[in-house]
Amino acid sequence: MLSKWVTSQPLSYVNVNIGGNMSNKEKHWQKTKGHMIMTLCLWAFFSMVIFLFGYEINSMSFLGYPLAYYMTAQGSLLAFVIIIFWFANKQEKIDEEFGFGEKED
Amino acid sequence: MFKGGFIQNLPKIYGLYTGGFIVFILMMAIAEQAGVTAKTIGILFVAFTVAIYALIGYLSRTVQVDAYYLAGRQVPTVFNGMATAADWMSGASFVALAGGVYFGGYSYMAFLVGWTGGYVLVSTLLAPYLRKFGCYTVPDFIGTRYGGNGVRFCAVLVLVLASFTYVTAQINATGTIAARALGIPFEAGVWVGLVSILLCSMLGGMRAVTWTQVAQYIVLIIAYLIPVFWISNKIGAGVFPHLMLGDEVARITELEGQFGLAKNSAADMKAAGVPGGLKSIAVAHAGVGAGGMAVWKYISLAICMMVGTASLPHILMRYFTTPSVKSARKSVAWSLFFIFLLYSSAPMLATLSKISLMDPNLPTGIIGKSIADVQSIEWVKQWSSQKQVFIADFNGDGILQLNEWFMRTGVVVLATPEVAGLPYVISGLVAAGGMAAAMSTADGLILAIANALSHDVYYNMIDPKADVRKRLIVARVLLVVIGAAGAYIASMRITSILGAVAWAFDFAMSGLFFPLVLGVWWKRATREGAIAGMLSGLAAGTMYLIWVYPKFMGNPAWLGIDHLRFGLIGAPVCLVVMVVVSLMTKAPDAATQRMVDEVRVPSGKSILGRAH
Repeated sequence: MLSKWVTSQPLSYVNVNIGGNMSNKEKHWQKTKGHMIMTLCLWAFFSMVIFLFGYEINSMSFLGYPLAYYMTAQGSLLAFVIIIFWFANKQEKIDEEFGFGEKED
Repeated sequence: MFKGGFIQNLPKIYGLYTGGFIVFILMMAIAEQAGVTAKTIGILFVAFTVAIYALIGYLSRTVQVDAYYLAGRQVPTVFNGMATAADWMSGASFVALAGGVYFGGYSYMAFLVGWTGGYVLVSTLLAPYLRKFGCYTVPDFIGTRYGGNGVRFCAVLVLVLASFTYVTAQINATGTIAARALGIPFEAGVWVGLVSILLCSMLGGMRAVTWTQVAQYIVLIIAYLIPVFWISNKIGAGVFPHLMLGDEVARITELEGQFGLAKNSAADMKAAGVPGGLKSIAVAHAGVGAGGMAVWKYISLAICMMVGTASLPHILMRYFTTPSVKSARKSVAWSLFFIFLLYSSAPMLATLSKISLMDPNLPTGIIGKSIADVQSIEWVKQWSSQKQVFIADFNGDGILQLNEWFMRTGVVVLATPEVAGLPYVISGLVAAGGMAAAMSTADGLILAIANALSHDVYYNMIDPKADVRKRLIVARVLLVVIGAAGAYIASMRITSILGAVAWAFDFAMSGLFFPLVLGVWWKRATREGAIAGMLSGLAAGTMYLIWVYPKFMGNPAWLGIDHLRFGLIGAPVCLVVMVVVSLMTKAPDAATQRMVDEVRVPSGKSILGRAH
């Protein structure tokens, strides 16, 4: 089974080659994956890590609100909005860098 | 005035619409001053907005497959964001979210983080790739990526289970609001709600739903934000409540200390005759529970809601309608921005509502006053008669204590304008907003189910030779049938035993999250793996739900995983089974692997054509 999978692998890339540069496509995916992991780390920080310390950080204050209360009511939500805009912009740059950007329509 | 096509003129059209709606609100305000009754204003608000949606639905009618399923793939980024936000924010979010925060405090607010954080997963892992794929429905992706009708059918199964759990609650909400605003019985309200919902979607499918959802978003956000800003300014809490309520939060904490947060025993409440579903303030407004279990409860709920968000088909399918992969990605960001506007306002509304009620220095404060006085307040009388609020004088001193005041959660949004002494026109506006929120979500859900059944089951499995006309007739008939089934169940008033809205997230998470994500991110994932993963994840989640839910078997929750969090059982089972079975079976063929490679780059044609 596994040997069949191994032989099928290069074949798929041979076909991809018709459309473009093999290593280019691979590099693009590597960078895309790296960007995805980076984005999910930020996401995990604002959705989970902060709230591991909810009790501890609630004695701190931000804009007059207790910090843990602020983060769950507004702060993390805002962070997610900013993270996704940042993610989308940077991914567009990655796509353009490797020539996979889309034309404006 | 309108040069060029419809799409180029969208900002103008919706700008005009928003202006028109504001003029309508002002006219109602004038009518109220002129002596038109509150009841008439309520009817006019709901009737006028629903008529507008129906008109948009009619104007968006179509006879083309790609317009019906994908809105012609030409919905601009920002507008798709608004439509998704309306699709997302249900009647429950609109009516119950602030109430949940009001009574549940910090631990409830895990929902806020969960229902927004999920969009990071949508944008990084799924939306751009599904858009590149070019599928009509979520099972369409699963069926093409893994190949075969078996796997397609499993995806349809999960979709129907998750979406149907959700849709009856929405039809229920439209029914409640329609019944209240129009003064008709609930059972009739449900059918009025259904007809309104179908008017928006039947003739134009996704295209009609898209353009009505944008209109509904505008109504619901205006209806939510006006009271928040108005009350905040009226009680002098701050011009911009989101940034300026720190003092009020601190004041509530101080008052909680002064009045004391006491939890009533079930026996006391029963003896005093408190109607079911009403709650008293017993949880600290801004306090955080200490200890590992409190942390785990919070984070586990957030995880379930986030992963569930990224697997709900009626949300994912909204990103199939954008013109490009790039715009799908950006559109997720705009969706979350528009959702953020409402979600970040819910805790502010809860704060304002609570301080209006609790602070003895405010004219609206009732805690610590004599019960006879409180009972003669107009809004208390009115909401008491509907069993939405209740006073139980436990200690018999004739003074209203904090633990003697009971409210239903929905009242926080619906009654706060009256509590704070705003004119009735705002309450009418809030009713129209709640109706818009419930209708838009119901439309998205019914369309997701009907499209999966018409495209995936009927067209792909039963009659692949059907022509366009026949396909669209089947799609519309299914839409009506699904809607009627939902309305029928809602009218039987058994939704309380169908469980929480959260279940939809757990079902979707158990069965769909990993098959979708691994379909893009792991080439080695096979058809057999996907089928085994979906079925075992769904089965494990469902069995655990039956085992733990108090109304079924009611066993003690394992590691704090209760019926709201059963996706935490289903999804890991799905992942493990899917990976193991995939590795045990033959790798996907070269064509499939090539297809996955193609999905990973944004440029080039979509895998499935415009009409398929």
